[in-house]
Amino acid sequence: MNALIFLIPGALLLGGFGLAAFLWSVRSGQFDDLDGEARRILVNDDAPLDGEKPAEC
Amino acid sequence: MAEIGIADDCDVSGEAAAGRVAHEADGVAALHLLVENVHCANCIAKVERTLKALDGVVEARLNFSTRRLRVRWREGVSDAGTILRTLAAAGYPATPYDPAVLDAGSRAEEAELLRAMGVAGFAAANVMLLSVSVWAGLWSDDMGPATRDLLHWISALIVLPAVAWAGRPFFRSAAAALAAGRMNMDVPISLAILLSLAVSVLGTMQGAAHAWFDAAATLLFFLLVGRYLDRRARSRACSAAERLLLLRTATATVVDADGRRRTVPAEALREGLRVAVASGERIPADGEIVSGVTDIDTALVTGESEPTTASPGVRVFAGTVNLSAPVEMIVRGAGEATLLAEIVRLVEAAEQGKARYVRIADRAARLYAPLVHILAAATFIGWFAFAGAGWQEALLCAVAVLIITCPCALGLAVPAVQVVASGRLFAHGTLMKSADGLERLAAADTIVFDKTGTLTLGRPRLTNRAAIADVDLAAAARLALVSRHPLSRALVRAAGVDSLAPVAAADAREVPGCGVAAPLDGVDARLGRRDWCGVAGDADGAESELWLARDGMPPVRFVFTDTLRPDAAEIVGALIARGYAVELLSGDRSGIAGSVAAELGIATWRGAATPVDKAARLAELAADGRKVLMVGDGLNDAPALAAASVSISPAAAADISQTAADFVFQGDRLAPILSAIDIARAARRLVFQNFALAIAYNLVAVPFAMAGLVTPLIAALAMSSSSLLVTGNALRLRLHRPGHGERRGA
Repeated sequence: MNALIFLIPGALLLGGFGLAAFLWSVRSGQFDDLDGEARRILVNDDAPLDGEKPAEC
Repeated sequence: MAEIGIADDCDVSGEAAAGRVAHEADGVAALHLLVENVHCANCIAKVERTLKALDGVVEARLNFSTRRLRVRWREGVSDAGTILRTLAAAGYPATPYDPAVLDAGSRAEEAELLRAMGVAGFAAANVMLLSVSVWAGLWSDDMGPATRDLLHWISALIVLPAVAWAGRPFFRSAAAALAAGRMNMDVPISLAILLSLAVSVLGTMQGAAHAWFDAAATLLFFLLVGRYLDRRARSRACSAAERLLLLRTATATVVDADGRRRTVPAEALREGLRVAVASGERIPADGEIVSGVTDIDTALVTGESEPTTASPGVRVFAGTVNLSAPVEMIVRGAGEATLLAEIVRLVEAAEQGKARYVRIADRAARLYAPLVHILAAATFIGWFAFAGAGWQEALLCAVAVLIITCPCALGLAVPAVQVVASGRLFAHGTLMKSADGLERLAAADTIVFDKTGTLTLGRPRLTNRAAIADVDLAAAARLALVSRHPLSRALVRAAGVDSLAPVAAADAREVPGCGVAAPLDGVDARLGRRDWCGVAGDADGAESELWLARDGMPPVRFVFTDTLRPDAAEIVGALIARGYAVELLSGDRSGIAGSVAAELGIATWRGAATPVDKAARLAELAADGRKVLMVGDGLNDAPALAAASVSISPAAAADISQTAADFVFQGDRLAPILSAIDIARAARRLVFQNFALAIAYNLVAVPFAMAGLVTPLIAALAMSSSSLLVTGNALRLRLHRPGHGERRGA
């Protein structure tokens, strides 16, 4: 049963990381537009990443 | 192009926006906008790409759920006016807003629920991990009491702070209800959670074999999920439509005796003040024109689609739109004395007369909450007084009853149905404004339509397009671009806006009541009334017409009529076929109302109805026990919309009508009405199914709980499986296809 001394805090720590990540994602606005994100995946956006103006399609 | 009618009302000058621009460091400005007409992924892409293609725009991000757009640009390179005009030209009219004002309450509450849900989920998952070990230990009988107690204490350490923090939404609401002497569903929920924790802590102190920490955390987690979904359905319901209305606060420009102009809120206008109304503005109060000649669009007030000409001495009414030239007027009635205020009074009277609708879930909760308390109390008394059990053991059984009867069907399944339903309505172009509207819509058995703007499009269409040469149409449209007259707008719509080079505004002359004159490709051209364009013949034909006259060329005639919505006949037919009693109540002349009714196959109709007549007819129907769905758009429909059991208005309707209505549909088609009814009925069916499931589950589980046979393990299994079952059932609405194969009105 000595393993519990490491395993329980370990489990809580990992869960805590998950919770912290969730709270961070709420704070940073990732849950603000769930419908939009679901649709954005369909957008065929091949714009280059260096800020160049995307071509009109 | 279908929805340019909305764009007409949109301010694209950029002046109003200037005050809302936030100036950031490095010369970057930011603006928040509410965007209309956004339906799909393509709209997101189009709005963002169009803006990013502008010089100087560094960021454009559209939030699809709330229809809000955030734009940032380098100052000096671009400006707010350019951005608004670009959006309007792309078919997405936008209104600037102040994020600090709109984001106040609901958003913070939604984020709080989400965080509480995360914390409760974390606690539930971790405690379940420990509980499973305890259950396994009890099962195989090889876990020592010391280990079990240690695991219980760790559980307590996780759950107590988590529940204290994440349970606040329920505790607050329960405390408020108790303080007011009422009973709501949050009272048994709070009681179940707090009692089970108290019993578990006591038990753990005494080395008991069972603890309910996992049940408390899981219960809280499920209920928070439900609460969050409920909140989202509500905030989505009022987001787009309601907030746009909030923003359109009316102001008026008062001209003082010394000629100075100042802007005041429309409510502050008093009789005798002199007010300047620019072209394109709404007239802020009833009054009399004192200088200037213009055309007045009274469509939303009287239902008349042809503008009237107003010159000094003519009375004008609040809510009508000044179309062609700036005028000044003396206020003859303001605030309470205007026609608009009269309509508002009728709306308020209708709303007061309407019985307060109680949502199905609330009605169920009213029965359910006392029943749960009685059962739990009976269990406690039964074990304590009659079975001779100790008070702790009796309390344990009572807690099991409270936990087993947890209202997951009410708390989770109904919000889930609503979220799915409002999402589906949205996809069909309908905005739900009130959360209980869906239930009232499902119960409707009679449908009353308005004519102008509801069954018809409410704006003229060019009907003799085939007889006109393309070059003539393009020439006329270039002149028409100068004017706001509905016929000019119709001409521009018919020609297509994109390809046109407008005539220089400085050269163009708009003569109110007559038309537009301007040099066109080197010759003088006129677009307007028959006699003004010098064409012989009778000017008072039955149809609306415009003439284009150019030096040295034969005049061209453009004919317009207010056409029925493209699928009006089909949808009205489908509604009648489904057994709805359909009526037509129009403010228009009886002859026209009758012919439209005949064309659509509506047997019961009435023309020349005043706003009072309309509201009275609805009261009459309600007195007969009918549940009426009112569909209307005009200011004159607003009292009827408020008096009806449930109401729908098109997105192009008068502001006050949209406020009074429960649903707002977009586009030129009536199909959203039919799909909304279908979705509402499907949603109601699912809600009742979920209640049936919940009742069946309780009938089986509660006797076991009262008999003291339910352990935390059984409770966890029963609770999770019933929650998953009702939620899964609720999600079936996603698969539901409305009987009518129509997607969204394009």
